[in-house]
Amino acid sequence: MTATQERPADAVDREIGRDRRRKEDQRLITGRTRWTDNIVLPGMLHLAMVRSPFAHATITGIDTSAARSAPNVVAVLTGADFGEELGVCINAWPITPDQVAPVHCPMPSDRVSFAGEIVAVVVARSAAEARDAAELVDVEYDELPAALDLKAAAADEVIAHPDLGTNKSALWVFDSGEAGTGGNVEDAIGKARTDGIVIEREYRQQRLIPAFMEPRSVVVDPTGEQYVMYSATQIPHILRFALAATTGVSESKIRVIAPDVGGGFGGKLQVTPEEWIAWAVGRRIGKPVKYTETRSESLMSAHHGRDQWQKLTLSAEKDGTVTGLKVELLADLGAYVAIVGGGVPVLGAFMFNAIYKFPAYHFACQTVLTNKTWTDAYRGAGRPEATYAIERLMDELAAEVGADPLAIREKNWIRHEEFPFTTVAGLEYDSGNYEAATAKAREMFGYDELRSEQMARRASGDPVQLGIGVSTFTEMCGLAPSRVLGQLDYGAGGWEYASVRMLATGKVEVTTGASAHGQGHETAFSQIVADRLGVAFEDVEILHGDTAVAHKGLDTYGSRSLAVGGEALVRAADKVVEKATPIAAHLMEASVDDIEFAGGRFSVRGTDQGMAIGEIATAVFAAHNLPDGVEASLDSDATYDPVNFSFPHGTHLCAMEVDTETGALRMRKYVACDDIGNIINPLIVSGQVHGGLVQGIAQALWEEAVYDEGGTLVSGSFVDYLLPTAADTISFDIDHTTSPATTHSLGVKGVGEAGTIASTPAVVNAVVDAVRHLGVTDIQMPCTPERVWKAINGPGAGGSTEGAAMPHFEAGGAAGNQEQPGTSSTEGAGQ
Amino acid sequence: MIPAQFDYVAPTSVEDALAALAEHGDDAKIIAGGQSLLPVLRMRLNAPEIVIDLGRIDSLRGVRDDGDAIVIGAMTPHSVVGADPLVNEHALLIARAVEHLADAQVRHRGTFGGALAHADPAGDLGAPVRALGASFVIQGAGGTRTVSADDFFVDLFETAIGDDEILTAVRVPKHTGWGAHYEKFVRVAHQWPIVAVAATVRVEGGAIAEARIGLTNMGSTPLRATAVEAALAGQPATEDAVRAAAAHAAERTSPPSDLNGDADYRRHLATVITRRAVLAAAGG
Ligand SMILES: Cc1cc2nc3c(=O)[nH]c(=O)nc-3n(C[C@H](O)[C@H](O)[C@H](O)COP(=O)(O)OP(=O)(O)OC[C@H]3O[C@@H](n4cnc5c(N)ncnc54)[C@H](O)[C@@H]3O)c2cc1C
Repeated sequence: MTATQERPADAVDREIGRDRRRKEDQRLITGRTRWTDNIVLPGMLHLAMVRSPFAHATITGIDTSAARSAPNVVAVLTGADFGEELGVCINAWPITPDQVAPVHCPMPSDRVSFAGEIVAVVVARSAAEARDAAELVDVEYDELPAALDLKAAAADEVIAHPDLGTNKSALWVFDSGEAGTGGNVEDAIGKARTDGIVIEREYRQQRLIPAFMEPRSVVVDPTGEQYVMYSATQIPHILRFALAATTGVSESKIRVIAPDVGGGFGGKLQVTPEEWIAWAVGRRIGKPVKYTETRSESLMSAHHGRDQWQKLTLSAEKDGTVTGLKVELLADLGAYVAIVGGGVPVLGAFMFNAIYKFPAYHFACQTVLTNKTWTDAYRGAGRPEATYAIERLMDELAAEVGADPLAIREKNWIRHEEFPFTTVAGLEYDSGNYEAATAKAREMFGYDELRSEQMARRASGDPVQLGIGVSTFTEMCGLAPSRVLGQLDYGAGGWEYASVRMLATGKVEVTTGASAHGQGHETAFSQIVADRLGVAFEDVEILHGDTAVAHKGLDTYGSRSLAVGGEALVRAADKVVEKATPIAAHLMEASVDDIEFAGGRFSVRGTDQGMAIGEIATAVFAAHNLPDGVEASLDSDATYDPVNFSFPHGTHLCAMEVDTETGALRMRKYVACDDIGNIINPLIVSGQVHGGLVQGIAQALWEEAVYDEGGTLVSGSFVDYLLPTAADTISFDIDHTTSPATTHSLGVKGVGEAGTIASTPAVVNAVVDAVRHLGVTDIQMPCTPERVWKAINGPGAGGSTEGAAMPHFEAGGAAGNQEQPGTSSTEGAGQ
Repeated sequence: MIPAQFDYVAPTSVEDALAALAEHGDDAKIIAGGQSLLPVLRMRLNAPEIVIDLGRIDSLRGVRDDGDAIVIGAMTPHSVVGADPLVNEHALLIARAVEHLADAQVRHRGTFGGALAHADPAGDLGAPVRALGASFVIQGAGGTRTVSADDFFVDLFETAIGDDEILTAVRVPKHTGWGAHYEKFVRVAHQWPIVAVAATVRVEGGAIAEARIGLTNMGSTPLRATAVEAALAGQPATEDAVRAAAAHAAERTSPPSDLNGDADYRRHLATVITRRAVLAAAGG
C-alpha cells in the first residue's frame, strides 16, 4: 500500500475513516456564501421569462409593446429576435444512430411543445419590474392536440412534434444471446411456460421532480475579456463545452463558475434554455444579467425524472432458480431529448439482472416524445428503475414458489467466492459479499421476530397488518470508463482530473474537476490529501466549480466524484511526493534511494535526519538550492480514467404497518446494510444514506408529478407535490459490510445514490407483503392510502392519479375577489 | 414568486380599517397572518392594489370569558389559541384541532380569524367551530352583526363576511367537561387534511349523552354530521355502538376528488375516522 498509511501512530492520526464534520457546512447552511442568486454585479439587469400555458400550440403572434413601455424595462426579446445566435440545448447521448430528436431551441418562435416553455424574455432594472412586465407580454396561441399519455404517445395517436411524424425517438436493445453473454431469453421463457414458472408484470415508474432546494439561477457577465457565466449547475465543465459548441463563442473566451450549488439530484445535470437565453441576452445587451427561477417555474420546467412503463417477464424453474429475464420499457422523454435523455433508461439496461445469475437476458427500451416537461437524470438515473423492477419480481417469484423472499434471492445470487463475476449484461462485478450484508441486515432487523408478528396479525385478522420488504440491490457507480462510454455512443469520456499545488507556506491547494453541490467533497477530499501528503486536514483547501481554477473535469453525477475524482486526487498527490523526493535527498545530502516518506516527513533511512513536506515546499518556492535540472515546482496533476465501474450493494429491509381500514401506512423499521467499499468519512456516508433513503421512500409513498388532460402540471407546488420532512420518516438503522473495490487504490465504490436505488422496492415490497394474503400482488407508486385501500377492496393496483387532479392553489380558488391576471389564453402564464 | 405591487396600510382601530376598506372597495384585501394570502399574492393568483393589515389592532387579539361562551379575537394566533387555558377548559375541541394545524411557524403567524375568513374547505378550524355551534362577530360601517356557524360558511373560500366588513371575533359556547378529539387523515405531516373529523362528546355514566361532530374537506364548506350526532345520543361509548352511528358520517356530504383521493374514498374514510374520533373523544 502507500507510504502515508505506514506512518507511525496512524491508527489515531489517520484522516481517512474519521467522521469529520463537514468544513463547508457553516457557510452553506447559514447562506452567507456564494449562491448564484447572491451574486450582484455592477449595472446588473434582471430577467423574467414568459412561458407557455399550453402543452402544445402554434405561436401566432407576440405583442411586446406594453411590456416594453413598462417602468424600467430595458428590452423584451423573443426567439425571432435572436435566431441562430441563441444556440441550442444539446443531447450528448444519441442512444441509437437513427434516434429521432427535435431541435431544442431555448426559446422557440413558432411552436411550443410543453407547458412552461419560454417564448419571451423581459430585461429590466429589477427582478420585480421584469416580473411585472412579463405579465404584459401578449402571446397569441393556436392550441394543438397534445401527446400526453405515454402509451398513447408510443402508439403515435397524437404527434408531439408534427414535423417528425412520429413520437418514437429510439429503440435501444441488448440481447444476451446476440451479445454472447448468455442464452436466448425466448427459449428460456418458452421452456418455463411448459414446466416452470413465468412471472409477467407491468410496473409504472411515475414521473418525479428532482426538487433541489436552491432554485436554478444564472448570472452572465459579458464585460471582461472572457464572458463569465455563473450557474447553479452540477456540470460547469460540460456547460462551458456546450456553450462553445452551440453559440459560436470560442471555448477560450468562456469561463463558467458553479459557485455554491444547493442540491441537484441530477436536476442540475443539464444545459438549460434559461442559461442559453441569459447568455444571449448578456451578449446582446453588453451588461451583466441575472435570472433566478421561482419555485413554480422550477417544478414546471426544470427537468423531471423517471416516467416509464416497465413490461417484465421472468422465467424460472419450479424451485425458483431463475432462467431468463425479458425487459420491455417505454420511457417518456418529454418534449425534447435532454442532455442525457434516452441514456437514462439505457444506464439501467445493465442493472435489471442485478445480483442474480440469469442465464438469459433481453432488454429493449423505446424512448418516446410527449408534450410534457423533458425528463433526464434523477438520483440513480436508470438504476432505481431497474432495481425496482427486479426486486419487485423476486418477491413475486418467492410468493409463487412459496419461499421466503430472502431464500429465493440467496438461491440465485452470485456467491462471494464467485467474484469477479461477469454478468449476463456483460459487466464484470469486481467484488461483493451478498451473504455477509444480508446476514448482518437480517440480524439488525430482527427478521424472524417480525415474521412471527406478521403471522400473528394475519391469524387474528388484525385491522393493522404487517409487511416485510426486501431489497438486495446493487448498482453501477463511478461513471465511467471512457472506452465503455465510447461503445455506447456517449458524447464525452468518463475520466476525472485533479491537481495538487504546494504553496510556499506548506499549505495545500487542490483543484478537482468534480463539482460538489452538497456532497461534502471539500471535507472528504481534504481527508484523502491530508493522509496522502501527511499534512493537517485544515491545511488543505479544495477548489472546484470554476473553469478558470479547475480548468478540466467532467463534473459530479453518477456517484463518480470519489470513485473517479478521488482516485485522480490520489495520483496527483503521489506525484507531488515523487517530485519532492529528489529535492529532499538533495537538501539533506543523501542518496535518493535512502529517502523514505511517511507521515508527511521525508527522512534519511537509518538516521534521524528529516524534513517535512511543507519545508520542502518552502525550499522549492525559494528555489535557492535545487538539484540541477529540477524545476522549481512540486505542483502535480493527474487525469484518471476508471478501468471499470464500481458495484456497491446492500441488503435493505423494511417493515411496514398497513391500516387495512383506511390504507394508511406506518413504517415500523428500516434497516440498510450497505457495502460501499472503503469509507472515507462515515458521517458523510450516513448523510448520503439517510437522504438517499428518504428520496427513494418518497418515490414509493409520496411523490408524483401529475398532469391534467390539458397538459398542465397539477402538482405544481409543494402543497400538491408531496415532499416528506423529518416528521414523516423514522430513524433508520444503518450499517456496513466492506468489500473494497479492486480496480483502484482507494477501494471506495460510491454512495450518493445507493439509498435511493435500494429503498423504493424495499418499501413497496413491504406494503404488498402486508396485504398479499388479501389477494393483492401490486400497488402502483406512489402507494397512497387510497391506492392501498382500493387494492385491498377491489381488483387492480389501486388505479392511477391521472385525471383526478385538482391543485390546492388554483386560479379562482384561493384567489378571492380579483380578476386573474395571466390566465386568459392570450397572455403569458405569469409565474 | 414576486407579488404584483401593492400599497400597504396598518390601521390601529377596527374603525380605521373599515374606513380603508370602504375607500378602496374591491381593490383592497385584508391581511391577518398572511399565511394564506401571501402564497396567493406571490403566485399572482390575486393582485389587490392595497393590503390592509389588521396586525396593529390590539382589540382583535386574545381570548376572554363571556359567561356561557368564550370569545376568541380574530387576530389571535393559532399558537396562542391552542395554549389558552379558557379554550382548553371550555372548547377543548378547538385546542385539539390547532395541534394538527400546519407547522409551528405557521401556527405562530396564522390567526384564528384569518383561517376562518379564508374558508378553505380543507382548513382545520371550520369543522370544530361548526361542531361547537360558534357564532361569528362581523363588523361593518353600519355596526356589528352576529352570524351563526351554520350560516357563516357559504361555499369554497366564501363566507358571510361582506366585502366592506371585518370578522372581529368568534363566540364559542362553553362545552366545559366535554371530551374532544380531532382526527386528521394526511399523507405527510405538513399537509392539509384529506379528511378530518372533529368530535366532542358529553359522556354520562358510560353513555354518550350528547355528541357534536364536524367534518373537514367533505364538501365545499365544513359540515356537521347531524345524522351521526343523532344516532350517538344515548348510546354506550362502545366500539360497536359507535361504529353503527359512524356509518352515517358520509350522508349528505359532497367531498372533492383530487390527488389524494376520490370522493368515494373520502366517504369511506369519513366513516372510519368518525368512529375513531368519537371513541377517542369519549376516552375509549
Ligand atoms: C405551509 C402552510 C401549511 C398550512 N397548513 C394548514 C393546515 O394544515 N390546516 C389549516 O387549516 N391551515 C393550514 N394553513 C393555513 C393557515 O391556517 C393560515 O394561517 C390560515 O388559513 C390563514 O390565516 P392568516 O391569519 O394567515 O390569514 P391571511 O392569510 O392573512 O388571510 C386569509 C384570508 O382571510 C382574509 N381575512 C383575514 N382576516 C380577516 C378578518 N379578520 N376579516 C375578514 N377577512 C379576513 C384575508 O383577506 C384573506 O383573504 C397552512 C399555511 C401554510 C403557509
